[in-house]
Amino acid sequence: MEPPGKVAEQVSNERINDRGVVPALARRALNELLRVPGAGVPGILAPTIFMLGLSAVFGNVTALPGFDGLDKYMAFVLPVGLLQGAGFTGAATGVNMARDIEQGWFDRLLLAPVRRPVLLAGIVASAALRTLIPATALICVGLLFGVKFPGFLDLLIVALLVMIVASASACWGAIIALRFRTQQAAPLMQIGSFMAVLFTAAYAPMALLQPWLKAIATVNPVNYVLTGVRQGFIGSVSWADTWPAFVAGAGLLALLATFAIRGMSRTTD
Amino acid sequence: MISASVALARRALRVTLRRPQFLAPLLIFPTLLLAVNTGGLSQATSLPGFWEQYGVTAPYPSFFEFQLAAAMSQSLLLGGVATGIAVALELEMGFFDRLVAAPIPRASIVLGRLLAAGAIALVQLSWFVALSLIFGSGIADGIPGLIEVYLIGAIAGIGFAGIGVTLALRAGNASTVQSIFPLVFVVLFLSSAFFPPNLLTSPADVIAKWNPLSYIANGLRAPIIGASGTSNVLEGFAAAIGLALFFGLLATWSLRGRLQSK
Repeated sequence: MEPPGKVAEQVSNERINDRGVVPALARRALNELLRVPGAGVPGILAPTIFMLGLSAVFGNVTALPGFDGLDKYMAFVLPVGLLQGAGFTGAATGVNMARDIEQGWFDRLLLAPVRRPVLLAGIVASAALRTLIPATALICVGLLFGVKFPGFLDLLIVALLVMIVASASACWGAIIALRFRTQQAAPLMQIGSFMAVLFTAAYAPMALLQPWLKAIATVNPVNYVLTGVRQGFIGSVSWADTWPAFVAGAGLLALLATFAIRGMSRTTD
Repeated sequence: MISASVALARRALRVTLRRPQFLAPLLIFPTLLLAVNTGGLSQATSLPGFWEQYGVTAPYPSFFEFQLAAAMSQSLLLGGVATGIAVALELEMGFFDRLVAAPIPRASIVLGRLLAAGAIALVQLSWFVALSLIFGSGIADGIPGLIEVYLIGAIAGIGFAGIGVTLALRAGNASTVQSIFPLVFVVLFLSSAFFPPNLLTSPADVIAKWNPLSYIANGLRAPIIGASGTSNVLEGFAAAIGLALFFGLLATWSLRGRLQSK
């Protein structure tokens, strides 16, 4: 009989190809949308209601100085809806992970000869892809209600940024799922992304925010992502608004992914 | 009938207070939205005609004081959903069948739930009154205004709970009741809870005139911003009482229908 250390070494050498694991896990998560199409509805419905509702209620605030003559408030809040959709999608991924933990499937996943970051990448990749569904729906609704087409370059930037936010939100969901190991922690997952998106210049430009909210928005990385997503809908795309969005989004994702991976390592221990 | 209703209301309250984690979302979510709305759109009060509807004169209240009624309305609506979920869970777990078998008037099952919702509404309203004292200048119309807020809010809370109970008795499962959660926001956004009706965009402005929540929110708002003397309070009372009576009776009728179908 070989010593356990040797067995572990053999298993390590026979690790499953990482490049195959990520798409397989993402596909598994996406299969849920085909099997239970209703599962995707809340992720689309909630941000759409929020976007249409905010536009209907606060539509006339564009008359305030600071909006620089913007004629459609929906163009200003559509990006908020896009990030909310990404946040909800990420949170839903966390809830699914908690369900897998509760049902024991996650333990079987941990037994597989796959590196922990790769497992997390598979789960997160599914959120990044899934968020394109609410994003597409929201943009279509916005265009139907008269929001100007932002151009293909901005759409590409929007797609990449919402995928980053969905990934970060999925990492947050994973941290909570690994910590509490129950679906009952779902509100914690949702409220995290909800607050991160709304405690920004979500409703009005920075110049119009109250000092306390302005201070929070200034240090909130999601605010820079929001500016990057918003630029094409209310004006034109600029490098000055684009690079901080990607740097802030990537930084947030890296930070949350680090904590999520640590959480997975602790689970294994 | 009364004693059975009170006993069932006390039981429902005890169950709710035993699990405060289910009460917390009714306060946390509207409070967060209150903070974000206030922090983001406080300059909106400078829009022409903002205070026109409310009959207040300078110095005008703050946007935070204006938004308090919106947060209260949102919290009360969520309370209605929570009551519906609680009833649906009792149906799913079989406790409801035991209540039906008990020698008490059937209507007291509904009435007890609605009374409990009214009491919980007082707790919810107290939270926002406390916020008004900490971050604003309190209730502008003083103690009489505070009583108006509590009365309109508690009656409206009973009405919203009536909607939840009706849905629960008709659907019979918690997930269906839970699925109306997004509708809470539709009802809120299509009212003048968040913004003056004359500044809403079309068609929300037209729908808001027909939405009872507009009148309830304005009724709650008037004493907070110092406009108790206007028709807003009377309209608020009328809308809240109408809602409570209509949905209270509908819930009782739904209970009857459910028992007959069994």
